[in-house]
Amino acid sequence: MPYPPLQDQQGSTVAGVASPAKSPSAKGQASGDRRFKALDMTMKRHQYQPDALIEILHKAQESFGFLEEDVLIYIARGLKLPLSRVYGVATFYHLFSLKPSGAHTCVVCLGTACHVKGASKLMIALEKELGIDVGETTADGQVSLMAARCLGACGIAPAIVIDGTVSGKETLETALDKVKALQRLNV
Amino acid sequence: MDITELHEIAKQERDRRKPTQIRCCTAAGCLSSGSAAVRDGLEAAVQQTGLEAEVKVCSVGCMRFCGRGPLVEVDPSSTLYEQVTPDDAPSIIAALKGGTATATKGDPNHPFLTRQMPIVLENSGKIDPERIEEYIAAGGYEPLYHVLTEMTPTEVIEEVTKSGLRGRGGGGYPTGLKWATVAKMPPGQKYVICNADEGDPGAFMDRSVLESDPHRVLEGMAIAGYAIGADRGFIYIRAEYPLAIKHLQKAIQQAKKYELLGSQIFGSGFDFKVDIRIGAGAFVCGEETALMHSIQGERGIPRPRPPYPAESGLWGCPTLINNVETYANIAPIIRNGGDWYASIGTEKSKGTKVFALTGKIENTGLIEVPMGTTLRQIVEEMGGGVPNGGKVKGVQTGGPSGGCIPAAFFDTPVDYESLQKLGTMMGSGGMIVMDEETSMVEIAQFYMEFCRDESCGKCIPCRAGTVQLHALLNKIVNRQATQKDLEQLEALCYMVKEMSLCGLGQTAPNPVLSTLKYFKQEYLELLQSPVEDNGKVTVSQSS
Repeated sequence: MPYPPLQDQQGSTVAGVASPAKSPSAKGQASGDRRFKALDMTMKRHQYQPDALIEILHKAQESFGFLEEDVLIYIARGLKLPLSRVYGVATFYHLFSLKPSGAHTCVVCLGTACHVKGASKLMIALEKELGIDVGETTADGQVSLMAARCLGACGIAPAIVIDGTVSGKETLETALDKVKALQRLNV
Repeated sequence: MDITELHEIAKQERDRRKPTQIRCCTAAGCLSSGSAAVRDGLEAAVQQTGLEAEVKVCSVGCMRFCGRGPLVEVDPSSTLYEQVTPDDAPSIIAALKGGTATATKGDPNHPFLTRQMPIVLENSGKIDPERIEEYIAAGGYEPLYHVLTEMTPTEVIEEVTKSGLRGRGGGGYPTGLKWATVAKMPPGQKYVICNADEGDPGAFMDRSVLESDPHRVLEGMAIAGYAIGADRGFIYIRAEYPLAIKHLQKAIQQAKKYELLGSQIFGSGFDFKVDIRIGAGAFVCGEETALMHSIQGERGIPRPRPPYPAESGLWGCPTLINNVETYANIAPIIRNGGDWYASIGTEKSKGTKVFALTGKIENTGLIEVPMGTTLRQIVEEMGGGVPNGGKVKGVQTGGPSGGCIPAAFFDTPVDYESLQKLGTMMGSGGMIVMDEETSMVEIAQFYMEFCRDESCGKCIPCRAGTVQLHALLNKIVNRQATQKDLEQLEALCYMVKEMSLCGLGQTAPNPVLSTLKYFKQEYLELLQSPVEDNGKVTVSQSS
């Protein structure tokens, strides 16, 4: 998997250097932005323990939508970890995204049970409808198309998830209808 | 908390039970089919008819028949309704007073249900997973009391060893032996881990257990903690299972409130604390050493063993790692004795196993059967075969680490050894049925793509080998391969299998090898110049 390059490492201020201040703050970031306060609270609850990194990244992604560089730097300082370690963990796990996703998401389960029941064909049809490949977001930034490994909803295969709601026993028609409805929402 | 309080809670719970219970499945499968609206509809209908005093609508866990959800069961008449819509709700309530229900009635004597032997799933679909009182009323936490007050750790391990229980995550390592190894380590900090990172696509047993009966897993972990001398436990669960996480969090809170987790449980000197760690989408984290790295907040990358986790695990301390289903078996073993458990199953594989039956099959859902049940009984009798009269070609077990069993071997009893002999494995319990339309080469390609994406990249045989294997399979599927490619595919499979560091790489070639073994003709037909498989054909090579 190609790793998106970090645009600017910001030199010595970041990598490997822990912030001396007890309560961490990235320059110009923390002030006023409530999302950073939420992040602070999460880190505090975990007593700034480095082993809580994954939990904190989950929280950060939940509040920011994706893990932008500033957020990673902020977390690295808070937990007194090298940025390389935070970046390494953020890029290792599939659920962490370093790019913003669309306003709506459509996830197609490609687990074995769904695969046997034609999920790949569903995916191809949806890619065609949206004009993007899996893992991409439409040019207007509205719909992201993603694949899941297995949702554990095998009893109702094939399954898709639209904005967090799972629906099962999808056919080409029902899935296309749902995505078209998403597109209509955007207009 | 002491035993009289526990009995008091159970009694109160039984006393407040209403004569008629309407159970509505709200586990993930039925929930996705709209069961929350059905439950609300039923509740509204009960209120409208003024039957609140005698009828209670309950949200329960998985009722097994996931393919026919939403499911609603009426107790005590044990009527099962399938594919219920909110519109059916008033008629279901009316049917209690002699009306006719518009919903489809299921057959409670269907082999899919009657052939099951619920031990792990005994409470699943019966109790509300979000209420600890219902678990206690079903006899829950009594085994823990018994263990803490009347048994020594050695006796607990002896009982588990006697039961013959083996690891339900797929490896089949004897659980008692694993516990004894960790218990023998010098006293000091030790950990108990529950592996709930159910990554095999097509498997959802652990999700169902955690959603339907989370306290059973907590109790199993606490008993394990007492047996090995650990006071802390972690449950590592996939982020893809939000409902299971929610139920677990609630269960831990409730258990703490009743002092069934925490300090000095049941007034004994035993403390036990459980934390949840949520994964972030990495299949390799199901491997125990990778999982421990992930709990420590690091990249989930495996390391060579030994040292095994029993010796040096989480933060270098002795650590016990078992699967969800293994822990779920512990409370019944303590309650009924190891001998009782050992009387179920085959000579070397004891007890029951939960399988997720999916794919091209009439009845999809969750089944729990004694070890030694044959595949034919599972697929044909319980599963009802392929819909619309199609023919079953084979069954895939063990996920990306397992293999395909052709229909000719369906009389094999399912246990650890016999599946291994067929070139596959028990795995965590996914069973995916394939019909004649399914291309086995494409299935092998599908799994190889999965392993290629999920390889952590630490060791070269797995990182580079899975890429090459996938490219070769692509070539075959696109009809561009020659006999030579096929030979290379097989040779490379053995190389990756033998040289990879962890289970992911070591088992990644299994789907290819097992389909090559049983369905070679399909590969040969896809070659540039297709050949018949009579064992001796020489092929004209065109490139």
